[in-house]
Amino acid sequence: MPVIKNLRAIGHRSVDAVWRLGYASRFFVMTLLYSGTSFRRFHLTVREMFFTGVMSLIIILVAGTFVGMVLGLQGYETLKRYGSESALGSLVALSLVRELGPVLSALLFASRAGSAMTAEIGLMKATEQIDAMELMAVNPIARVVAPRFWAGVISMPLLSALFSAMGVFGGYLVGVVLIGVDEGSFWSQMQSAVDFQHDIMNGVIKSVVFGVAVTAISLFEGYDAPPTAEGVSGATTRTVVESSLAILILDFILTAFMFRGD
Amino acid sequence: MSSQALVELRDVNFAYDRRPILKGINMTIPKGKLVAIMGLSGGGKTTILRHIGGVLKPTSGQVTIDGQVIHELDRDGLYQLRRKMGMLFQFGALFTDMTVYDNVAFQMREHTDLPEEIIRDLVMMKLHAVGLYGTQDLMPAELSGGMARRVALARTIALDPMLIMYDEPFAGLDPISLSVVGQLIRRLNDALGATSIVVTHDVQESLKIVDYVFFVANGAIIAQGSADDIRASGETFVKQFVHGEMDGPIPFHYPGSDYREDLNLQV
Repeated sequence: MPVIKNLRAIGHRSVDAVWRLGYASRFFVMTLLYSGTSFRRFHLTVREMFFTGVMSLIIILVAGTFVGMVLGLQGYETLKRYGSESALGSLVALSLVRELGPVLSALLFASRAGSAMTAEIGLMKATEQIDAMELMAVNPIARVVAPRFWAGVISMPLLSALFSAMGVFGGYLVGVVLIGVDEGSFWSQMQSAVDFQHDIMNGVIKSVVFGVAVTAISLFEGYDAPPTAEGVSGATTRTVVESSLAILILDFILTAFMFRGD
Repeated sequence: MSSQALVELRDVNFAYDRRPILKGINMTIPKGKLVAIMGLSGGGKTTILRHIGGVLKPTSGQVTIDGQVIHELDRDGLYQLRRKMGMLFQFGALFTDMTVYDNVAFQMREHTDLPEEIIRDLVMMKLHAVGLYGTQDLMPAELSGGMARRVALARTIALDPMLIMYDEPFAGLDPISLSVVGQLIRRLNDALGATSIVVTHDVQESLKIVDYVFFVANGAIIAQGSADDIRASGETFVKQFVHGEMDGPIPFHYPGSDYREDLNLQV
């Protein structure tokens, strides 16, 4: 009976999904529990920060600049209709620190560093490096996973801040240098509109949450990848898809709590 | 085989999803011996090794290492025991993001408080023992298959383990590397006073170096004895395996429908 067959397939997939969610939660808790090494031997975490954070700098800086330039152009076109060109600075800065900075840098981080983390851990598993570590009485969660997790969590807000800074610079280039918006208004409007606690800190909180989500998803997908070429490539794809969706959903939830009634 | 046992498997059964993989394995491996576990791929050899390493737990039966039932130990106990064990994986499993030096130094840094100068001297000694002194700054990707296997061997013996396990150490090696790795396994076992278990299907190379052989087929031990016993064995499967005969208990043809009928041939 095709109906029963389909029902059975749906049931099977649901049970699998719940089981996998449980396994992912357990993996996340284990990562937190075995995080001591990441701080006791902080050089392990710093090394991973180089690969996840520093190596993502180029894409973050270039993307931030261009996003800021586009914001400058689009913002100017819209504000001109209302004669409020001088508010360009606040529009660019608020868009970046509240939304675009954390969200876009997290999306770029997921596709650049997250996918690399998944592929690296998946390949370590496929080439028995994880098993070798376990048999050497070295806990791979403590030695491999936790330092990468904390490196991602620390790097993400820093990358997001740099993205926003470069975006503001891009907006300045287009708005002030190219179009000719008054420089004094650009900076003073920005200064008065952006609140440190309400705007900047909330942006930082968002980027930390995105950092936790993207890094946890990337590491879990790598650790759970079937040890084959197909398995690792599938896990890398899932990392980018799941991380991107998680960022957008979390962004909505966080925005609803942080900026409701504004 | 006499003398005190380091590894003992008693009535070990293991199943994946109710599919039996190991069926009543009994094995005693005395201290100081070099023992081979031979058989076809998928016969259960690596599964036995994984039980000895405490990676898998038997469905029933007991695996004892140095007097401790390994699958009854907690994580700390298991890790304590594993510090006295070393395992060489099929393709070396070197850490690809570390140099040869860092690979060999890995366990020393993880498990000891030795100063870096002492670690350096020890690493150089281990690399010299496998004939690869001078390769310390190379990355694993720059090594040939045979060299990678020897670096992995240097890493395996980094903390002078009492038990060394080898999972298919001869797979994919050229004749010279094969002989070098074989001789190193024998020499290191004797020099370190260790006990070694080699899982392999390379009959000729392993029979040259081992003290004792277990033959595993379909999850059970079907023959055992010294290298000479195995060479002279009348057991049909062992004969086919040792002499590489095309047909025998392991048929050449995959079991299927009648080939002649399929091609409509008149007999």
